[in-house]
Amino acid sequence: MELIQLSAFDLALAACLVIALAGLSVALSLGIERKLLIAATRTVVQLTLLGLVLKVLFVQSHPLLISLLALFMLLVAGYEVMARQQRRFAGIWGMGVGTLSMFISSFSVTLLALNLIIQVEPWYSVQYLIPLLGMLLGNTMSGIAIALDNLTHNAWQQRGQIEARLMLGHAWQTAIQEIRRTALRSGLIPIINAMAAAGVVSLPGMMTGQILAGSPPFEAAKYQILIMLLIAAGTGFGATAAVWIGSRRLFDERQRLRLDRLQDTG
Amino acid sequence: MASLRLEAFETPLLEPIDLQVADGECISLSGPSGCGKTRLLRAIADLDPHQGEAFIDDSPQSSMSAPTWRSRVGLLPAESFWWANRVGDHFTDMQDPLISDLGFDQACQSWEITRLSSGEKQRLSLARLLLNRPQILLLDEPTANLDQSNSTRVESRIEAWRRRHRSAVIWVTHDQAQQARVANRHFQIKAGKLQEQVWN
Repeated sequence: MELIQLSAFDLALAACLVIALAGLSVALSLGIERKLLIAATRTVVQLTLLGLVLKVLFVQSHPLLISLLALFMLLVAGYEVMARQQRRFAGIWGMGVGTLSMFISSFSVTLLALNLIIQVEPWYSVQYLIPLLGMLLGNTMSGIAIALDNLTHNAWQQRGQIEARLMLGHAWQTAIQEIRRTALRSGLIPIINAMAAAGVVSLPGMMTGQILAGSPPFEAAKYQILIMLLIAAGTGFGATAAVWIGSRRLFDERQRLRLDRLQDTG
Repeated sequence: MASLRLEAFETPLLEPIDLQVADGECISLSGPSGCGKTRLLRAIADLDPHQGEAFIDDSPQSSMSAPTWRSRVGLLPAESFWWANRVGDHFTDMQDPLISDLGFDQACQSWEITRLSSGEKQRLSLARLLLNRPQILLLDEPTANLDQSNSTRVESRIEAWRRRHRSAVIWVTHDQAQQARVANRHFQIKAGKLQEQVWN
Protein backbone atom coordinates (compact mmCIF):
# COMPACT_ATOMS: atom_id res chain seq x y z
CA MET A 1 0.00 0.00 0.00
CA GLU A 2 1.37 3.36 -1.01
CA LEU A 3 0.84 6.48 1.09
CA ILE A 4 -1.36 8.95 -0.81
CA GLN A 5 0.42 12.29 -0.84
CA LEU A 6 -1.48 15.31 0.44
CA SER A 7 -1.50 18.46 -1.68
CA ALA A 8 -1.60 22.02 -0.37
CA PHE A 9 -5.18 22.15 -1.63
CA ASP A 10 -6.12 19.18 0.59
CA LEU A 11 -4.77 20.97 3.66
CA ALA A 12 -6.50 24.19 2.65
CA LEU A 13 -9.83 22.37 2.64
CA ALA A 14 -9.24 21.23 6.23
CA ALA A 15 -8.20 24.76 7.14
CA CYS A 16 -11.53 26.05 5.80
CA LEU A 17 -13.31 23.99 8.46
CA VAL A 18 -11.32 25.71 11.22
CA ILE A 19 -12.02 29.11 9.67
CA ALA A 20 -15.71 28.22 9.62
CA LEU A 21 -15.44 27.31 13.30
CA ALA A 22 -13.85 30.72 13.98
CA GLY A 23 -16.83 32.29 12.18
CA LEU A 24 -19.17 30.38 14.46
CA SER A 25 -17.24 31.62 17.48
CA VAL A 26 -17.82 35.21 16.30
CA ALA A 27 -21.52 34.55 15.65
CA LEU A 28 -22.01 33.08 19.12
CA SER A 29 -19.73 35.70 20.77
CA LEU A 30 -17.54 33.01 22.32
CA GLY A 31 -14.56 35.36 22.01
CA ILE A 32 -12.26 32.44 21.30
CA GLU A 33 -11.77 32.93 17.52
CA ARG A 34 -8.45 34.75 17.91
CA LYS A 35 -6.97 32.05 20.11
CA LEU A 36 -8.28 29.35 17.79
CA LEU A 37 -6.78 30.90 14.67
CA ILE A 38 -3.45 31.60 16.35
CA ALA A 39 -3.25 28.01 17.60
CA ALA A 40 -4.18 26.63 14.18
CA THR A 41 -1.56 28.82 12.51
CA ARG A 42 1.00 27.63 15.06
CA THR A 43 0.15 24.03 14.23
CA VAL A 44 0.68 24.65 10.52
CA VAL A 45 3.94 26.56 10.94
CA GLN A 46 5.43 24.37 13.66
CA LEU A 47 4.66 21.05 12.00
CA THR A 48 5.86 22.30 8.61
CA LEU A 49 9.12 23.41 10.20
CA LEU A 50 9.46 20.12 12.05
CA GLY A 51 8.90 18.24 8.80
CA LEU A 52 11.64 20.29 7.13
CA VAL A 53 14.05 19.91 10.05
CA LEU A 54 13.51 16.15 10.18
CA LYS A 55 14.01 15.96 6.42
CA VAL A 56 17.44 17.53 6.86
CA LEU A 57 18.24 15.36 9.88
CA PHE A 58 17.30 12.19 8.04
CA VAL A 59 20.00 12.98 5.50
CA GLN A 60 22.58 14.33 7.95
CA SER A 61 22.02 12.51 11.20
CA HIS A 62 24.76 14.20 13.19
CA PRO A 63 24.38 13.49 16.95
CA LEU A 64 24.98 17.15 17.81
CA LEU A 65 22.12 18.34 15.58
CA ILE A 66 19.81 15.72 17.06
CA SER A 67 20.74 16.76 20.62
CA LEU A 68 20.04 20.37 19.71
CA LEU A 69 16.58 19.48 18.46
CA ALA A 70 15.91 17.36 21.57
CA LEU A 71 17.04 20.20 23.83
CA PHE A 72 14.83 22.65 21.96
CA MET A 73 11.83 20.35 22.38
CA LEU A 74 12.57 19.99 26.11
CA LEU A 75 12.83 23.75 26.64
CA VAL A 76 9.57 24.44 24.81
CA ALA A 77 7.84 21.74 26.87
CA GLY A 78 9.30 23.32 30.03
CA TYR A 79 7.96 26.69 28.99
CA GLU A 80 4.52 25.19 28.28
CA VAL A 81 4.39 23.61 31.75
CA MET A 82 5.21 26.99 33.30
CA ALA A 83 2.68 28.84 31.16
CA ARG A 84 -0.10 26.54 32.37
CA GLN A 85 0.48 27.33 36.06
CA GLN A 86 -1.81 29.80 37.74
CA ARG A 87 0.61 30.20 40.64
CA ARG A 88 4.05 29.41 39.38
CA PHE A 89 7.34 29.36 41.22
CA ALA A 90 9.10 32.70 40.97
CA GLY A 91 12.38 33.08 39.08
CA ILE A 92 14.32 30.22 37.53
CA TRP A 93 12.22 27.67 39.42
CA GLY A 94 9.14 28.60 37.37
CA MET A 95 10.50 26.79 34.35
CA GLY A 96 13.10 24.76 36.21
CA VAL A 97 10.85 22.38 38.16
CA GLY A 98 8.94 21.17 35.08
CA THR A 99 11.91 21.11 32.72
CA LEU A 100 14.09 19.16 35.13
CA SER A 101 11.36 16.61 35.85
CA MET A 102 10.65 16.09 32.17
CA PHE A 103 14.34 15.74 31.47
CA ILE A 104 14.64 13.07 34.16
CA SER A 105 11.59 11.09 33.07
CA SER A 106 11.15 11.56 29.29
CA PHE A 107 14.82 11.31 28.38
CA SER A 108 15.55 8.27 30.51
CA VAL A 109 12.41 6.44 29.37
CA THR A 110 13.21 7.26 25.72
CA LEU A 111 16.80 6.06 26.09
CA LEU A 112 15.63 2.90 27.79
CA ALA A 113 13.14 2.19 25.02
CA LEU A 114 15.66 2.83 22.24
CA ASN A 115 18.48 0.80 23.73
CA LEU A 116 16.80 -2.07 25.51
CA ILE A 117 13.36 -2.49 23.96
CA ILE A 118 13.44 -1.48 20.30
CA GLN A 119 17.25 -1.84 20.07
CA VAL A 120 17.74 0.68 17.29
CA GLU A 121 21.20 0.92 15.67
CA PRO A 122 22.51 3.52 16.30
CA TRP A 123 20.27 4.41 19.23
CA TYR A 124 20.16 8.09 18.19
CA SER A 125 18.60 7.26 14.83
CA VAL A 126 16.32 10.21 14.07
CA GLN A 127 13.48 8.11 12.72
CA TYR A 128 12.92 6.54 16.15
CA LEU A 129 14.39 9.00 18.64
CA ILE A 130 12.54 12.19 17.72
CA PRO A 131 8.98 10.78 17.38
CA LEU A 132 9.40 8.77 20.59
CA LEU A 133 10.81 11.67 22.55
CA GLY A 134 8.11 13.93 21.14
CA MET A 135 5.28 11.64 22.22
CA LEU A 136 6.79 11.25 25.68
CA LEU A 137 7.48 14.94 26.18
CA GLY A 138 4.03 15.94 24.94
CA ASN A 139 2.26 13.62 27.33
CA THR A 140 4.46 14.00 30.41
CA MET A 141 4.16 17.75 29.87
CA SER A 142 0.40 17.58 30.43
CA GLY A 143 0.69 15.33 33.46
CA ILE A 144 3.37 17.45 35.08
CA ALA A 145 1.52 20.69 34.36
CA ILE A 146 -1.65 19.37 35.99
CA ALA A 147 0.18 17.92 39.00
CA LEU A 148 2.19 21.08 39.66
CA ASP A 149 -0.81 23.35 39.24
CA ASN A 150 -2.74 21.19 41.68
CA LEU A 151 0.16 21.23 44.17
CA THR A 152 0.60 24.99 44.25
CA HIS A 153 -3.13 25.67 44.15
CA ASN A 154 -3.84 23.42 47.13
CA ALA A 155 -0.81 24.59 49.09
CA TRP A 156 -2.12 28.13 48.68
CA GLN A 157 -5.69 27.23 49.63
CA GLN A 158 -4.67 25.09 52.59
CA ARG A 159 -1.92 27.24 53.98
CA GLY A 160 -3.66 27.32 57.38
CA GLN A 161 -3.83 23.54 57.61
CA ILE A 162 -0.20 23.12 56.58
CA GLU A 163 0.97 25.67 59.13
CA ALA A 164 -1.26 24.21 61.86
CA ARG A 165 0.79 21.03 61.52
CA LEU A 166 4.12 22.87 61.39
CA MET A 167 3.17 24.72 64.60
CA LEU A 168 2.76 21.39 66.37
CA GLY A 169 6.25 20.35 65.32
CA HIS A 170 5.29 18.12 62.40
CA ALA A 171 7.93 17.83 59.66
CA TRP A 172 7.23 19.55 56.35
CA GLN A 173 6.79 16.21 54.60
CA THR A 174 3.97 15.30 56.98
CA ALA A 175 2.40 18.73 56.68
CA ILE A 176 2.21 18.55 52.87
CA GLN A 177 1.78 14.79 52.36
CA GLU A 178 -1.94 14.77 51.63
CA ILE A 179 -1.60 17.68 49.19
CA ARG A 180 1.28 15.90 47.49
CA ARG A 181 -0.78 12.75 47.04
CA THR A 182 -3.73 14.63 45.60
CA ALA A 183 -1.43 16.46 43.17
CA LEU A 184 0.17 13.24 41.97
CA ARG A 185 -3.17 11.53 41.49
CA SER A 186 -4.49 14.43 39.46
CA GLY A 187 -1.44 14.30 37.20
CA LEU A 188 -1.88 10.57 36.55
CA ILE A 189 -5.61 10.46 35.89
CA PRO A 190 -5.45 11.63 32.22
CA ILE A 191 -3.03 8.88 31.15
CA ILE A 192 -4.95 6.26 33.13
CA ASN A 193 -8.13 7.32 31.34
CA ALA A 194 -6.34 7.34 28.00
CA MET A 195 -5.06 3.79 28.53
CA ALA A 196 -8.49 2.61 29.59
CA ALA A 197 -10.16 4.06 26.48
CA ALA A 198 -7.39 3.20 23.99
CA GLY A 199 -8.63 1.17 21.07
CA VAL A 200 -12.18 1.02 22.36
CA VAL A 201 -13.26 4.62 22.25
CA SER A 202 -10.26 6.31 20.66
CA LEU A 203 -7.87 5.16 17.97
CA PRO A 204 -4.55 6.64 19.15
CA GLY A 205 -2.81 9.10 16.83
CA MET A 206 0.39 7.20 16.32
CA MET A 207 -1.33 3.96 15.42
CA THR A 208 -3.61 5.81 13.02
CA GLY A 209 -0.54 7.35 11.40
CA GLN A 210 1.22 4.04 10.99
CA ILE A 211 -1.85 2.41 9.49
CA LEU A 212 -2.32 5.32 7.09
CA ALA A 213 1.31 4.99 6.08
CA GLY A 214 0.75 1.37 5.22
CA SER A 215 2.07 -0.58 8.23
CA PRO A 216 0.34 -3.86 9.06
CA PRO A 217 -2.30 -3.05 11.72
CA PHE A 218 -0.97 -5.62 14.18
CA GLU A 219 2.55 -4.12 14.06
CA ALA A 220 1.01 -0.68 14.52
CA ALA A 221 -0.93 -1.95 17.54
CA LYS A 222 2.24 -3.31 19.15
CA TYR A 223 4.02 0.00 18.72
CA GLN A 224 1.05 1.83 20.15
CA ILE A 225 0.98 -0.46 23.19
CA LEU A 226 4.67 0.16 23.74
CA ILE A 227 4.17 3.92 23.49
CA MET A 228 1.18 3.97 25.84
CA LEU A 229 3.07 2.02 28.49
CA LEU A 230 6.14 4.21 28.12
CA ILE A 231 4.01 7.34 28.35
CA ALA A 232 2.32 6.08 31.51
CA ALA A 233 5.69 5.37 33.12
CA GLY A 234 7.20 8.64 31.90
CA THR A 235 4.23 10.68 33.11
CA GLY A 236 4.14 8.94 36.47
CA PHE A 237 7.83 9.28 37.22
CA GLY A 238 7.93 12.80 35.80
CA ALA A 239 4.96 13.98 37.87
CA THR A 240 6.47 12.37 40.97
CA ALA A 241 9.74 14.19 40.39
CA ALA A 242 7.95 17.49 39.75
CA VAL A 243 5.74 17.22 42.85
CA TRP A 244 8.71 16.16 44.97
CA ILE A 245 10.94 19.04 43.80
CA GLY A 246 8.05 21.52 43.86
CA SER A 247 6.88 20.62 47.36
CA ARG A 248 10.44 20.83 48.68
CA ARG A 249 10.72 24.29 47.16
CA LEU A 250 7.57 25.40 49.02
CA PHE A 251 9.54 25.11 52.28
CA ASP A 252 12.83 26.72 53.23
CA GLU A 253 15.75 25.35 55.23
CA ARG A 254 13.86 25.98 58.51
CA GLN A 255 10.82 24.15 57.14
CA ARG A 256 8.75 27.32 56.89
CA LEU A 257 5.96 27.39 54.31
CA ARG A 258 7.18 29.96 51.77
CA LEU A 259 4.23 30.88 49.59
CA ASP A 260 6.10 34.08 48.75
CA ARG A 261 8.10 31.86 46.39
CA LEU A 262 5.01 31.60 44.19
CA GLN A 263 3.78 34.34 41.93
CA ASP A 264 0.16 34.72 40.94
CA THR A 265 -0.33 35.11 37.22
CA GLY A 266 -3.98 35.98 37.59
CA MET B 1 10.44 24.62 83.34
CA ALA B 2 11.54 26.98 80.57
CA SER B 3 12.28 30.63 80.00
CA LEU B 4 12.19 32.50 76.70
CA ARG B 5 14.75 35.09 75.63
CA LEU B 6 14.90 37.22 72.50
CA GLU B 7 18.11 38.94 71.42
CA ALA B 8 18.12 41.63 68.71
CA PHE B 9 15.07 39.81 67.41
CA GLU B 10 13.80 41.55 64.30
CA THR B 11 10.55 41.09 62.37
CA PRO B 12 9.35 43.16 59.38
CA LEU B 13 7.18 45.69 61.25
CA LEU B 14 9.09 46.05 64.50
CA GLU B 15 12.36 47.47 65.71
CA PRO B 16 14.80 44.86 67.07
CA ILE B 17 13.58 43.41 70.36
CA ASP B 18 15.46 42.27 73.46
CA LEU B 19 13.15 40.51 75.84
CA GLN B 20 13.37 38.01 78.66
CA VAL B 21 10.33 36.09 79.88
CA ALA B 22 11.30 34.11 82.97
CA ASP B 23 10.15 30.55 83.59
CA GLY B 24 6.64 30.53 85.00
CA GLU B 25 6.14 34.17 83.99
CA CYS B 26 3.28 35.42 81.81
CA ILE B 27 3.52 38.71 79.96
CA SER B 28 0.66 40.36 78.10
CA LEU B 29 1.08 41.94 74.69
CA SER B 30 -1.29 44.47 73.14
CA GLY B 31 -1.34 47.04 70.39
CA PRO B 32 -3.57 48.15 67.51
CA SER B 33 -4.46 45.53 64.92
CA GLY B 34 -1.92 45.22 62.15
CA CYS B 35 0.91 46.46 64.38
CA GLY B 36 2.83 43.20 64.14
CA LYS B 37 1.83 41.19 67.23
CA THR B 38 0.85 38.10 65.27
CA ARG B 39 3.91 38.40 63.07
CA LEU B 40 6.11 38.59 66.16
CA LEU B 41 4.58 35.40 67.60
CA ARG B 42 4.92 33.65 64.23
CA ALA B 43 8.58 34.61 64.01
CA ILE B 44 9.26 33.40 67.56
CA ALA B 45 7.68 30.07 66.55
CA ASP B 46 10.01 30.20 63.50
CA LEU B 47 7.17 30.17 60.99
CA ASP B 48 8.38 33.36 59.28
CA PRO B 49 11.90 34.48 58.38
CA HIS B 50 13.43 36.90 60.89
CA GLN B 51 16.72 38.31 62.19
CA GLY B 52 18.30 37.84 65.59
CA GLU B 53 18.12 34.92 67.96
CA ALA B 54 15.59 33.34 70.32
CA PHE B 55 16.46 31.04 73.21
CA ILE B 56 14.65 28.48 75.34
CA ASP B 57 16.67 28.79 78.55
CA ASP B 58 20.15 28.83 77.01
CA SER B 59 19.47 26.84 73.85
CA PRO B 60 19.30 29.00 70.73
CA GLN B 61 16.68 28.42 68.06
CA SER B 62 19.38 27.88 65.45
CA SER B 63 20.85 24.98 67.43
CA MET B 64 17.81 22.76 67.05
CA SER B 65 15.74 21.55 64.10
CA ALA B 66 12.66 23.61 63.26
CA PRO B 67 10.19 20.83 64.23
CA THR B 68 11.90 20.42 67.61
CA TRP B 69 11.80 24.16 68.23
CA ARG B 70 8.13 24.41 67.25
CA SER B 71 7.04 21.51 69.40
CA ARG B 72 8.77 23.18 72.36
CA VAL B 73 7.56 26.70 71.60
CA GLY B 74 3.81 26.20 71.16
CA LEU B 75 1.92 28.83 69.20
CA LEU B 76 -1.86 29.08 69.52
CA PRO B 77 -3.00 31.13 66.51
CA ALA B 78 -6.08 33.35 66.65
CA GLU B 79 -7.79 31.22 64.03
CA SER B 80 -7.43 27.47 64.26
CA PHE B 81 -7.05 25.15 61.28
CA TRP B 82 -7.78 21.43 61.02
CA TRP B 83 -6.33 19.03 58.49
CA ALA B 84 -8.65 16.01 58.91
CA ASN B 85 -12.43 15.65 58.99
CA ARG B 86 -13.01 14.58 62.59
CA VAL B 87 -11.85 16.00 65.88
CA GLY B 88 -10.33 12.70 67.04
CA ASP B 89 -8.00 12.50 64.01
CA HIS B 90 -6.06 15.47 65.38
CA PHE B 91 -5.32 13.93 68.78
CA THR B 92 -3.28 10.95 69.85
CA ASP B 93 -4.76 10.78 73.35
CA MET B 94 -8.25 12.04 74.08
CA GLN B 95 -8.40 10.35 77.49
CA ASP B 96 -6.36 13.17 79.02
CA PRO B 97 -8.21 15.09 81.76
CA LEU B 98 -7.36 18.27 79.87
CA ILE B 99 -10.16 17.48 77.41
CA SER B 100 -12.78 17.47 80.15
CA ASP B 101 -11.17 20.45 81.89
CA LEU B 102 -11.88 22.42 78.72
CA GLY B 103 -15.51 21.34 78.73
CA PHE B 104 -15.58 18.36 76.35
CA ASP B 105 -16.31 14.67 76.79
CA GLN B 106 -15.13 11.59 74.88
CA ALA B 107 -18.00 11.88 72.40
CA CYS B 108 -16.34 14.88 70.79
CA GLN B 109 -13.83 12.55 69.08
CA SER B 110 -16.31 11.72 66.35
CA TRP B 111 -17.49 15.29 65.83
CA GLU B 112 -17.00 16.73 62.39
CA ILE B 113 -14.74 19.77 62.22
CA THR B 114 -17.11 21.64 59.89
CA ARG B 115 -19.86 21.52 62.51
CA LEU B 116 -17.83 23.03 65.35
CA SER B 117 -18.57 26.55 66.52
CA SER B 118 -15.68 29.00 66.53
CA GLY B 119 -15.57 28.82 70.33
CA GLU B 120 -15.38 25.02 70.30
CA LYS B 121 -12.62 25.18 67.71
CA GLN B 122 -10.68 27.62 69.84
CA ARG B 123 -10.89 25.46 72.99
CA LEU B 124 -10.09 22.24 71.09
CA SER B 125 -7.18 23.94 69.44
CA LEU B 126 -5.84 24.85 72.89
CA ALA B 127 -6.27 21.22 73.97
CA ARG B 128 -4.44 20.05 70.84
CA LEU B 129 -1.59 22.42 71.60
CA LEU B 130 -1.25 21.58 75.31
CA LEU B 131 -1.38 17.82 74.67
CA ASN B 132 1.66 18.34 72.46
CA ARG B 133 3.49 19.33 75.71
CA PRO B 134 5.11 22.62 74.68
CA GLN B 135 7.50 24.28 77.15
CA ILE B 136 6.71 27.85 76.10
CA LEU B 137 3.27 29.20 75.20
CA LEU B 138 2.59 31.93 72.64
CA LEU B 139 -1.14 32.69 72.78
CA ASP B 140 -2.79 34.90 70.17
CA GLU B 141 -6.11 36.06 71.68
CA PRO B 142 -6.99 32.62 73.06
CA THR B 143 -10.40 33.72 74.41
CA ALA B 144 -11.53 36.00 71.56
CA ASN B 145 -14.46 33.79 70.51
CA LEU B 146 -15.48 32.56 73.96
CA ASP B 147 -18.34 33.44 76.29
CA GLN B 148 -17.64 34.46 79.87
CA SER B 149 -17.72 31.00 81.43
CA ASN B 150 -15.56 29.37 78.78
CA SER B 151 -13.20 32.28 78.87
CA THR B 152 -12.73 31.77 82.62
CA ARG B 153 -12.26 28.04 82.06
CA VAL B 154 -9.51 28.66 79.48
CA GLU B 155 -7.78 31.25 81.65
CA SER B 156 -7.68 28.94 84.64
CA ARG B 157 -6.48 26.00 82.54
CA ILE B 158 -3.59 28.04 81.13
CA GLU B 159 -2.83 29.40 84.59
CA ALA B 160 -2.66 25.84 85.97
CA TRP B 161 -0.39 24.78 83.08
CA ARG B 162 1.94 27.73 83.66
CA ARG B 163 2.25 27.03 87.39
CA ARG B 164 2.68 23.30 86.99
CA HIS B 165 5.20 23.34 84.15
CA ARG B 166 6.70 26.74 84.93
CA SER B 167 6.32 27.76 81.29
CA ALA B 168 7.06 31.21 79.99
CA VAL B 169 3.89 32.61 78.39
CA ILE B 170 3.26 35.49 75.97
CA TRP B 171 -0.45 36.32 75.90
CA VAL B 172 -1.85 38.66 73.25
CA THR B 173 -5.08 40.31 74.38
CA HIS B 174 -6.84 43.67 74.02
CA ASP B 175 -8.89 43.18 77.18
CA GLN B 176 -7.29 45.23 79.96
CA ALA B 177 -9.05 43.33 82.73
CA GLN B 178 -7.74 40.08 81.28
CA GLN B 179 -4.22 41.51 81.02
CA ALA B 180 -4.39 42.34 84.71
CA ARG B 181 -5.70 38.86 85.63
CA VAL B 182 -3.28 36.72 83.66
CA ALA B 183 -0.01 38.61 83.34
CA ASN B 184 2.69 39.92 85.66
CA ARG B 185 4.19 42.36 83.18
CA HIS B 186 2.47 44.22 80.35
CA PHE B 187 3.88 45.16 76.96
CA GLN B 188 2.49 47.26 74.17
CA ILE B 189 3.54 47.78 70.58
CA LYS B 190 3.47 51.45 69.65
CA ALA B 191 4.84 52.87 66.40
CA GLY B 192 6.93 49.75 65.73
CA LYS B 193 8.39 49.64 69.24
CA LEU B 194 7.80 47.12 71.99
CA GLN B 195 7.38 49.03 75.25
CA GLU B 196 6.80 47.84 78.77
CA GLN B 197 3.84 49.58 80.36
CA VAL B 198 3.93 50.68 83.95
CA TRP B 199 0.58 50.32 85.70
CA ASN B 200 -0.16 52.12 88.91
